[in-house]
Amino acid sequence: MDKIQLGEFIKSIASDLEIKEGKQYLEVTVPPAILHDLAKQLREKEEAQFDFLFCLSGVDYGSDLGVVYHLRSTLYDHVVVLKTRTSDRERPQLASVTDIWQTAEFHEREVFDLLGIRFKNHPDLRRLFLDNSWGFPLRKDYVDDINIVYK
Amino acid sequence: MEEKEIITAPDVEQEYVINMGPQHPSTHGVLRLLVSLKGEKVKSIQPHIGYIHSGIEKMCESITYPQIIHLTDRMDYISAHINNEAVCLNVEKALEVDIPDRIKVIRTIMSELTRLQSHQLWWACFGMDLGGLTCFFYGLRDREKILDIFEETCGGRMIVSYNCPGGLMYDIHPNFQKRVKEFIKYFRKILPEYDQLLTGNVIFHERSKGIGKLTKEDAISFGVTGPTGRASGFSCDVRKHEPYSAYGRVQFKEILHTEGDTFARYVTRIDEMWESMNIIEQLIDNIPEGPYAVKMKPIIKLPEGEYYQRVETARGELGVYIISDGNKNPYRVKFRSPNFSNLSVLNHIASGFKIADLVAIGGSLDLIIPDIDR
Repeated sequence: MDKIQLGEFIKSIASDLEIKEGKQYLEVTVPPAILHDLAKQLREKEEAQFDFLFCLSGVDYGSDLGVVYHLRSTLYDHVVVLKTRTSDRERPQLASVTDIWQTAEFHEREVFDLLGIRFKNHPDLRRLFLDNSWGFPLRKDYVDDINIVYK
Repeated sequence: MEEKEIITAPDVEQEYVINMGPQHPSTHGVLRLLVSLKGEKVKSIQPHIGYIHSGIEKMCESITYPQIIHLTDRMDYISAHINNEAVCLNVEKALEVDIPDRIKVIRTIMSELTRLQSHQLWWACFGMDLGGLTCFFYGLRDREKILDIFEETCGGRMIVSYNCPGGLMYDIHPNFQKRVKEFIKYFRKILPEYDQLLTGNVIFHERSKGIGKLTKEDAISFGVTGPTGRASGFSCDVRKHEPYSAYGRVQFKEILHTEGDTFARYVTRIDEMWESMNIIEQLIDNIPEGPYAVKMKPIIKLPEGEYYQRVETARGELGVYIISDGNKNPYRVKFRSPNFSNLSVLNHIASGFKIADLVAIGGSLDLIIPDIDR
């Protein structure tokens, strides 16, 4: 499917989503509440079959914290980008997609470690690189006087 | 005095947890594996990483785009040139710069030389992990020849920093073509020796065939790419699927095997060395004339937006995801490193095998730790 067909296909699953045709890939902004459901359908529906989560990145947008999922279908070779964000910076929580793509287990641990986003239903959510005494370094408001990191 | 509990005969049903690493010769770097054992059998593996976490993604947010390539060198230092290429291609794509053919061809030759020396080093270490010390000397002897070619043209041997946004740092050395052709001629004779030494060895077969099987479905689900993924039949070669630089104009096969065990991963890499030599031979006599770099603005600012570039390093798919807010520094850079995903599959494929097999499986994944930790 090309970008336009993909956009219509995603609209047929969930109608009121913000779909943007990016320069490279189709970008879909998804509310956190329906993210897991949409991801599961994109993985399982016969026409889509997004079976390869090739990138999962956490982003600090300033006021919000978000996660970006790059999905590809190894069968049809089409790509879609899902974006979700939460405005809660104190206890941000999103749904885990580990049960859909197993690679998410490590990637979500990395996001939790560096940005502090918790993932619901993650099998083993521990810090990955740093120990518990650290803050969340990839946040934009992270300050570390010793290592000269300022806002 | 307090009475101490007397420990009697060990309970055979008990689980025994040992640390493999962080300083262990078979982990090829500071990787710690927490291995639960039952007797000699591996029950589960928990990788503990982060010993050399250097925060490259955070550092990138405060430096300019031409400076980033000096950090990506240090990620996967064995395929440093290809890492740099990923960043450069992404910046050039964002700025819509037209890159002359000469640069594309030289980049492709350099990438394939990098892949060759990476696989040579892997072969050397893999042989050594399984007890064939001679492999180490053979592999490193031949790798030196490629590093010498790099040194002559780039100045550096491993951390080459030869790419820059807009082209290359300097033109190729006048001896470059001659020496590469000499090397290919030499290595075509030497590579069958690798097979004689290790590929047909009965002990090697016993230790690698049927060990650490990974199915295609699991490879896709765990995001395992590169030779490891292709040994399981997962067609994931970015050079074929999304050709960049000069890969669109050369003839080469994507090596695919279906067994998915340690031996298949070994054979995939050996076959890839032959393919790399084919690619270099097609290009080395046809380097077009032209400039070696495009004139770029002194301060590179990417237009606001998001850019993603995939390349095929020696270990798998490297993705560079840049979010730009229009400044001279990126807003956020994410490196999707191949080794990070490849490591995550270790528990899945090595559970149930013996601890000696864990060394073989770990070696066949070809992990580079700075690429995992970043």
